Amino acid sequence: MPGLEDLYREIILDHYRNPRNRGELPVPPAHRAEGFNPLCGDEIVVYLLVADGVVADIRIGGQGCSISQSSASMMSSAVKGRTVEEARDLVRAFKAMMSIHESSIGGDGTEADHDGEELPEVPLGDLEALRGVVKFPVRIKCATLSWNTLVQGLDELAAESS
Amino acid sequence: MAMTETPLDVAAIKKDFPLLEVEVHGKRITYLDSAATSQKPEAVLDTLDRYYRTINANVHRGVYHIAEEATQAMEAARDKVRGFIGAESAHEVIFVRNATEAINLVAHSWGRTNLREGDVVVLTQLEHHANIVPWHLLAAERGIELRWVPVTPDGQLDLGILEPLLDGARLFAFTAMSNVTGALTPVRRLVDAAHAAGALALVDACQYVPHNPTDVQSMDADFVAFSAHKLCGPTGIGALWGRAELLEAMPPFLGGGEMIRDVRLDGFTPNELPWKFEAGTPAIAEAIGFGAAVDYLDRLGMVNVRRHEMALTDYALRTLGERFGERLTIHGPSDTAVRGGVLSLALADLHPHDVAQVLDQEGVCVRAGHHCAKPLMRVLGVSATARASLYVYNDEADVDTLADALDAALDFFAL
Repeated sequence: MPGLEDLYREIILDHYRNPRNRGELPVPPAHRAEGFNPLCGDEIVVYLLVADGVVADIRIGGQGCSISQSSASMMSSAVKGRTVEEARDLVRAFKAMMSIHESSIGGDGTEADHDGEELPEVPLGDLEALRGVVKFPVRIKCATLSWNTLVQGLDELAAESS
Repeated sequence: MAMTETPLDVAAIKKDFPLLEVEVHGKRITYLDSAATSQKPEAVLDTLDRYYRTINANVHRGVYHIAEEATQAMEAARDKVRGFIGAESAHEVIFVRNATEAINLVAHSWGRTNLREGDVVVLTQLEHHANIVPWHLLAAERGIELRWVPVTPDGQLDLGILEPLLDGARLFAFTAMSNVTGALTPVRRLVDAAHAAGALALVDACQYVPHNPTDVQSMDADFVAFSAHKLCGPTGIGALWGRAELLEAMPPFLGGGEMIRDVRLDGFTPNELPWKFEAGTPAIAEAIGFGAAVDYLDRLGMVNVRRHEMALTDYALRTLGERFGERLTIHGPSDTAVRGGVLSLALADLHPHDVAQVLDQEGVCVRAGHHCAKPLMRVLGVSATARASLYVYNDEADVDTLADALDAALDFFAL
């Protein structure tokens, strides 16, 4: 049976206690996307400043548990400065790592988009620390909340500009 | 540790509940989530098993022996439930899936028949989503107006503006006991206020009936909704009690078999109460198990159940208060005369999900989240709490185990 240390790796607790890119960005020019975890009431806000196809800046607002907050913090660090395409690749790689159980606990269907598709070779770095979350199926939604919100924000931006 | 006075033999009661023997993470389970669902005693499990093994047949149809027995057992269970809540007639006890369905039944049948655009339904900010969303649906469909009785900082109803809120209202639907703060509401006073304003009163008694002696006649309410699974009974069964003349005047809820007296090509004639509201094959085993559950609680005595929970809640409030001081917030009133054994906790800066995760490692089962009461959570200024809730099989040792586990959570997150 998995223990607490499988879930709460030191780097996760570090991001929880010292969240990166916490705060807000002025809207506009930034875009604001809001995500909810209906299971626990957690709310997350992702502020995205995208210029010339690059995530120039990102801030995280809202509140949540250590897993959702640290995952959001790591996500913000990982995508900042990347192109939108690189950010989307990272999302796919991260969600592939998380998707082992998600569909079985009522995933929203967006998890299936990598099925049968060649996954991009993306090094996850620190994000690997979140791998232990899959042993705690009810917490997967916590880990993916900010990532789903990021995708929602990128999609909304793409829809605006098309 | 000073033993609190309890009229229940909890050591013996624990032995009635097989699940309490289960071990998780190498530890005996400490079940503190009865506000979500209670555990089931052997008497209920045996009843379900015996039904399926010896008298399983559809009810109100067959003329053969076991069909008669199944029908009689189900109607006997209805009468037990009637007695348990002090209702006058078993015809006023409608079997439904749960309290949620009971409230939806009233909203759908009574609400759609009687409410027009601009009509007022008064709710409270203490409500569970089950007593909010059905009225939102009706508001969207019929344009009714919803008004809200506010809540005090300690999670009780603020009745200061009750009369103006009820002015012109058609229905006042409120909880008898909050599933978040444990606050007991002054049911009779609220019912009287509703009636004085010319409104009907619907009581969401889902958290109340399992923990308090209930008498729907002295409540003087018009509708009372509750579930079996929170009072030692099976899931999938609950009851709506309603005043006979109201139920008689209401159209059916779901259509199908069982709820009809006659069906023709050009229409149908509904069955009499209570079957008018029970379309299709009912949850027969669950209904009979519901009866076994109220028998079990009757043997303990609901006055004793309430006394036990008051004593244990008082012990929990004192113990947790002494051990954690300002690091632990317990939402809800501090006086056990106006609260039940529901303890919504906020531990230091820890998120309830993280607290519950550490508690799970200690075998302690609590609920973490918004408890399906998001409007109330916003009033309390929190997005979630860790909720420990007490029942007949909990004792001081369970509260001590909870306190130790909360300490473990503080240790783990180094706070």
